[in-house]
Amino acid sequence: MSTLSAALPHLPILQVVVPLISAPICFLLQRAGLAWAFSTLVSWLAFATSVMLLRAVMADGTIHYEIGGWAAPWGIEYVIDAANAIVLVIVSGIGAAVSSYAPRSVLAEIPASQRGLYYTAYLLCLAGLLGVTITGDAFNVFVFLEITSLSSYVLVAAGAGLDRRALTAAYNYLVMGTVGATFFVIGVGLLYMVTGTLNIADLHERVPPLLDNRTVHVAFAFIVVGLGLKLALFPLHTWLPNAYTYAPSTGTAFLAATSTKVSVYVLLRFLFGVFAPTSGLMALTMDYVLLPLAVIGMMAATVAAIYQYNLKRLLAYSSVAQLGYMVLGFAYGSVDGLTAAVLHLFNHALMKGALFLALGCVMLRVGDVTMHGVRGLGRQMPWTMAAFVAGGLSLIGVPLTVGFISKWYLVGAALEDGRWWIAALILASSLLAVIYVWKVVEAAYLREPPAGRTVREAPLSMLVPTWILVLANIWFGVDAELTVSVARTAAMGLLGVAP
Amino acid sequence: MLELILAKYNYWIVIVLMMAGLYVVVARGNLVKKIIGLNVFQTSVFLLYISMGKVAGGTAPILTGKDEVFSNPIPHVLILTAIVVGIATTALGLALVVRIREAYSTIEEDEIDEAESLDMTADLAERRR
Amino acid sequence: MRHHLVLRVVSKLLIPFIILYGLYVQFHGDFSPGGGFQAGVIVAAAIILYALIFGTERAKQVFKPQALMVLAPVGVMIFALVGYYAMAMGGAYLDYDWLAGDDTTGQHIGIITVEFGVGLTVTAVMTLIFLAYAGRTHEIDDDDW
Repeated sequence: MSTLSAALPHLPILQVVVPLISAPICFLLQRAGLAWAFSTLVSWLAFATSVMLLRAVMADGTIHYEIGGWAAPWGIEYVIDAANAIVLVIVSGIGAAVSSYAPRSVLAEIPASQRGLYYTAYLLCLAGLLGVTITGDAFNVFVFLEITSLSSYVLVAAGAGLDRRALTAAYNYLVMGTVGATFFVIGVGLLYMVTGTLNIADLHERVPPLLDNRTVHVAFAFIVVGLGLKLALFPLHTWLPNAYTYAPSTGTAFLAATSTKVSVYVLLRFLFGVFAPTSGLMALTMDYVLLPLAVIGMMAATVAAIYQYNLKRLLAYSSVAQLGYMVLGFAYGSVDGLTAAVLHLFNHALMKGALFLALGCVMLRVGDVTMHGVRGLGRQMPWTMAAFVAGGLSLIGVPLTVGFISKWYLVGAALEDGRWWIAALILASSLLAVIYVWKVVEAAYLREPPAGRTVREAPLSMLVPTWILVLANIWFGVDAELTVSVARTAAMGLLGVAP
Repeated sequence: MLELILAKYNYWIVIVLMMAGLYVVVARGNLVKKIIGLNVFQTSVFLLYISMGKVAGGTAPILTGKDEVFSNPIPHVLILTAIVVGIATTALGLALVVRIREAYSTIEEDEIDEAESLDMTADLAERRR
Repeated sequence: MRHHLVLRVVSKLLIPFIILYGLYVQFHGDFSPGGGFQAGVIVAAAIILYALIFGTERAKQVFKPQALMVLAPVGVMIFALVGYYAMAMGGAYLDYDWLAGDDTTGQHIGIITVEFGVGLTVTAVMTLIFLAYAGRTHEIDDDDW
């Protein structure tokens, strides 16, 4: 017990370093079984750490941790407030669920020689995502962002055992991701030129007085476009559908639920925690660039999703649309809008996690995740398809699911600003989502299974994590008090409004 | 005008390299050339950071006890990290190209697109059966 | 490369000095510019030169890929352990001041150890990357030139 209490003040660094150091150990373990057990243990440890951190933040306010004992703003500092504490919880929570689910799926989808390495890449990706979220240093964000990206290219390319197109998907993702990260680092460099600091809190003091400085404008543009590439903001989303379609099921579930969310968080942090534009060119950018792109992305990607035949690709397009909702939330720039964005960030991770895990079960048993493959599965794999339908309902935004909570707050924030047409578009996009979810339901429940196909229900080791995420969808949909209060604290913290 | 160009020549080099790199990434169909373009693009950022840390007349920041003008070492250290990231990206990108070449027997983008659309029609044909 | 006498003689002469220079950069990292990254790359360059001249097969006999694959993660772990050790001694993660009695000695010890880990990893990884690519095609013969 004494070691635990001694470790308490070090939780912020342990959150990142434990998974980071587990990656080389996992690499040395070689055997897939051992590597899986180890990476699952580490994921659950990370999840426990993040929950403790969230509780500490909600109780006592922001936590600072100075690495190497070097005082900020000179050294690298980890800062945890409500906004990143909740992102830490969702990233590590999804990590824990996906890694518990993984062994059967990985066994079926990834060649034997690569399984240990796959878990290594997963741990690196987890460490990178947690690092991006927790750090309070702008350049450190870049380093962790690249750790995340490099390992996620590997996660995507690991799907090559099933379909060679995974390789080209990973390659395109690499090119786009690198351009995005380089844009981001140019922006950070320009900010450093103007202010002489890399600490985000310090930047927040020095940048706002310089909002008319042209270098700051250029930095803003580079950072927004760079992060837009990383988070697949429409029309910079072209890498995403292929990457999600051809990655292994577990990889897709983990990346879809976490990596773009973390990029959204970073954009949120830079927009409000560094630039904090209230007027001038940048505020106009929010209104006339981000907002329209979010709305167009939301509509266009939903329509594109309706026409998809492959369900993974369908969900990928739906992800692009959902990212539109998040960007929409913070493009309002109000407390309500930001609350909705943070809330949806959390909720969307839960729904996409559940949906992709359900598809992983289908992949294991049927080996085909297209409209054709799920025909008649409603009777042959009832639990899996029920999970998929529950996730789909949440995606539409049916009451008693998390999707409803997000949309309620998004529409509320739009109406509060008097933007009734955006509220109408959100509702329209939800109605379009009914179409694509219904297409799957129709195929699974109303069609006959192909003659001669007999499949069994997915194994419990995969159903249990899937259903944990489904139940979380319902739990936080019924009792949203916790998530809403955290999101509201986060939004007020980001905007610098006193509670 | 000429003075403006000459006095800030480092930025001009950065801009030219950046645009050249980005152009290669966009315009070339050969996957290896794209990676090289990406490299040039990243290198321009390294130069941006490094030239920003240089102080006229400054030396390496080693404390000798004498009063000296130092260059700012922080951008240089940052770029050391970015170079490592760049190497990792290049190595991974080339590894993917090697695998793509083994899977498709080509590294030209248009030929790969052709092969992929064949894959796609094959997928569909299989299901229609 | 049976015939390239000049290359073989010159590189045999050079390789020890390249490695020596790498070690100098490595162990001078706490006093002057240098450290594990640069040293690792220099040492790896010597190994790659050897592999280029004498063939990857011979290079693999000396620098076994299996051994390098262990060295790379071990280097990272050395780095991390220094961090944990500082934490166990009561400081922040990677706070070198806590590694020894007085701060200056602590910083020296910390930097040297951490840089040693970095150097190990960088050497191993750079060599492995080279061997991984070079090993995918058969050896190029003199007659192919």
